[in-house]
Amino acid sequence: MSGLLPLTVHDAVVRRRGKTLVGPVNLTIDGTGTTIVIGPNGAGKTTLLKMMHGLERLRSGTVRWAAPDAEARKQQAFVSQTPVVLRRTVRENLTYPLKLSRVPAAEARRIAGDWAARVGLSDMLDRRAEVLSGGERQKLALARAMVRDPKVLFLDEPCASLDGRSTREIEEILSAVAAAGTRIIMSTHDMGQARRLASEVAFILHGRVHEFAEAPGFFEQPATAQARAFLNGDIVE
Amino acid sequence: MSDIWEGLVQAFLLVVRLDAELIEITLRSLQVTLTALVVATAIALPLGALLAVRRFRYRRLTIAVLNALMGLPPVVVGLIVYILLSRSGPFGVFGLLFTPTAMIIAQVIIIVPLIASIAHQALRELWAEYHDLLISLNTTKTQRMRAILWDSRRALLTAALAGFGRAIGEVGAIMIVGGNIDHSTRVLTTAIALETGKGDFALALGLGFVLITMAILVNLSIHALGRTETEGRW
Ligand SMILES: Nc1ncnc2c1ncn2[C@@H]1O[C@H](COP(=O)(O)OP(=O)(O)OP(=O)(O)O)[C@@H](O)[C@H]1O
Ligand SMILES: [Mg+2]
Repeated sequence: MSGLLPLTVHDAVVRRRGKTLVGPVNLTIDGTGTTIVIGPNGAGKTTLLKMMHGLERLRSGTVRWAAPDAEARKQQAFVSQTPVVLRRTVRENLTYPLKLSRVPAAEARRIAGDWAARVGLSDMLDRRAEVLSGGERQKLALARAMVRDPKVLFLDEPCASLDGRSTREIEEILSAVAAAGTRIIMSTHDMGQARRLASEVAFILHGRVHEFAEAPGFFEQPATAQARAFLNGDIVE
Repeated sequence: MSDIWEGLVQAFLLVVRLDAELIEITLRSLQVTLTALVVATAIALPLGALLAVRRFRYRRLTIAVLNALMGLPPVVVGLIVYILLSRSGPFGVFGLLFTPTAMIIAQVIIIVPLIASIAHQALRELWAEYHDLLISLNTTKTQRMRAILWDSRRALLTAALAGFGRAIGEVGAIMIVGGNIDHSTRVLTTAIALETGKGDFALALGLGFVLITMAILVNLSIHALGRTETEGRW
């Protein structure tokens, strides 16, 4: 319905100081559901997500949405691995994106309240965001990403500092969000979570998409030896 | 020794009796410096934000010039402003030399680099923190600048206070361009210099009291601001 997808990444390369961090990458993201990005530390998951979202300058290649760029930008949201909070209250963090989109203040307040409740931050609306714990910051960053109801949501290890219960709660929210039509692209180190949420999997190794496959199939029968080793928790060369 | 003691007592009396001359000079000092502060922050804060957020061609050069200007002796600033405003100078037609306006101009030139540098430092840090988020939220350049200016308002107020402290205590430049004319361009610092020269320690010390009190108040405010910063209030 959005006309945003498919997202087509063609021969995209990100380089920094003469070192290739990611690429060349070719992939297409379409349909509905959740793409889970996995791979060892330093493989390039964060860089890949940022690149798709437009936070990395491309050395070569293209990242194209079906919609015009300006349109596409408005309908995406990104939650980074180390969540950034504005030095304001929790409520102001949540209303800020809405204020940018000129949503009336009363409605913005209502939406902020709703999302705070969904991620369990209702009691903290008037607290300053700088004093939140790591896990609370992650929840806040997720809620803030959701207030504008994005069509595509990028998440970089959104449950990294969450306890088991919070992780479950966030997974439920993500499943509901995906069921409601938001396309999710998310990295994680939690293979249980990957299995629970994925409709497709991108396995990243040395800055490249090593394997890109439908979810149940990938976990049962990875095509490459490296993916198999990674899933088994072995060292991946 | 008794001279100084006598002077202190006299100075104290001048202050508590709200001596007319003392009040007049103090108010003029405040008027000149506060005006300079308003003008300087209006220039320095957007400049600091621009240097933090935008990557333009002469950005590095601008930063280097700002830093160099910060180290410029105020007396030299006074000299340059004097030359520019003097009857034969490029702005001589405006007849600004030996007016409060000339003093304001000199103070602005002295404190803009200071305020801009402190502001730039704070804003750059915040921008590094906010960068990805603000880009991701699809903000315009103006919205980005506004966000970092607003969220570093305490640091910016500290910068402004530092500028105020520097300007109110400045003597060399405003002596040159203002001329220390009674009832016209005489301010706390220039009056102290004059009265000391004349040997009227009472008035000089009284003026000194006022000046020191202001400096202390400014420092206390900066300190208090630093505390709210770490405690994350307002
Ligand atoms: N600004 C940078 N300059 C130079 N190298 C960088 C920079 N940012 C990342 N890298 C390098 O790029 C590679 C990929 O980093 P990236 O953060 O994308 O990995 P990742 O897969 O997200 O890792 P993790 O699982 O630890 O989050 C790493 O080797 C990293 O050191
Ligand atoms: Mg990462």
